Amino acid sequence: MSYHFEFGWLLEYYPEIIKGILITLELIAIGGVLGISLGIFCAWVRALGPAWLKPVVATYIELIRNTPFLIQLFFIFFGLPSLGLKLSELTAANLAMVVNLGAYSCEIIRAGIQATPKGQFEAGESLAMTRFETFRHVVLVPSLQRIWPALSSQVVIVMLGSSVVSQIAAEDLTFAANFIQSRTFRAFEAYIVSTAIYLVLAILLRQVLAVVGGFIFPRRAAR
Amino acid sequence: MIEFTLWDILRNLLLATRWTILLSLVSFIGGGAVGLGLLFLRISKRKAFRTLAKYYIELFQGTPLLMQLFIAFFGLGLFGIDVPAWLAAGLALTLWSAAFLAEIWRGCVEAVARGQWEASASLGMGRLQQMRYVILPQALRVAIPPTVGFSVQIVKGTALTSIIGFVELSKAGTVVTNATFQPFTVYGLVALIYFALCWPLSKSSQILERKLNVAHRNH
Repeated sequence: MSYHFEFGWLLEYYPEIIKGILITLELIAIGGVLGISLGIFCAWVRALGPAWLKPVVATYIELIRNTPFLIQLFFIFFGLPSLGLKLSELTAANLAMVVNLGAYSCEIIRAGIQATPKGQFEAGESLAMTRFETFRHVVLVPSLQRIWPALSSQVVIVMLGSSVVSQIAAEDLTFAANFIQSRTFRAFEAYIVSTAIYLVLAILLRQVLAVVGGFIFPRRAAR
Repeated sequence: MIEFTLWDILRNLLLATRWTILLSLVSFIGGGAVGLGLLFLRISKRKAFRTLAKYYIELFQGTPLLMQLFIAFFGLGLFGIDVPAWLAAGLALTLWSAAFLAEIWRGCVEAVARGQWEASASLGMGRLQQMRYVILPQALRVAIPPTVGFSVQIVKGTALTSIIGFVELSKAGTVVTNATFQPFTVYGLVALIYFALCWPLSKSSQILERKLNVAHRNH
């Protein structure tokens, strides 16, 4: 192999790389918060919600979980304008991530809710809590605590999956790598460096979510 | 201007679906073979092997599949190999799915009771014999539902190979859209075809989980 690796010139492109990292982080921050919120709502519908809404949510979840993220992104960005809904690249990318994570996190959260003993609901009622209060305080928080590691993994998976938003020209980290590659023709270095950055981001994100988890769910007093 | 009927669109998409199915099968079988090797390393007695497999798995699970595809596509070229898109696609998907399958299967092997290892060791079995006759047959039951479930991820993963220029269902969707200017219909149909491929797999994974669990409870 007569290829000489040169990583030095990558430094010239650091503004693009930094911008890419920031956009990737922004995507996962918005996608993560709104996606998990949507997931909580859908899990509530599936577990305790009105009967007419259940099939709607079930269909949404099956459709999203059984189609590729790339196609969901293309449908939102290229397909929806036919219905008069034109979105910018970033909005479309965000929407696709929220919709995607919403479906996956719903199934994870629902598993947590189902693991809640039935007596907990009755206990909440006997304390004169409304159905919503019981859900919010007695069911949801312990459920989330139970499934937090699985939920964190899913958020990391969605962050890594976000690299395809470069295909609709959202300027994330992969977009920066492609940009550098097209300018310098040094594809290998550009992609190795951005892959390494993704790996670091994935490890950091996992740590951050563990800390956030410890913050939201302080240790319960010993029973 | 040529008019495209719905049938024209659908027929072209279905023709490209063959490549999605073929690539999925190749990746699943290749990934399974490499994954089995990784599994043996991951649960080996030697620490160096375990660490090696662990880093492999972390690397492939912690980076985007798209980047792995890019590196396979452009990286192999450095060795003077003219890399066709299908080769890079098959290679990257195989290595990627091997990491996930090895990790899924490790969980299944660890689900086998510790005493089974000790019992088979006390019968004088070697490590490979233990795996072959005692551990793997029991782990297999547990492994089938999540393995079938993961095949859905592989089918969906093949969509990314359109980005390095492999003409499968997603790429056909883009090409047909460019010809017909009907992105809503075309991507809607593409999504439905993927759904038709993946949903039976998801469902059977769920059904198998229920069946094998019931059997397990009766033990």
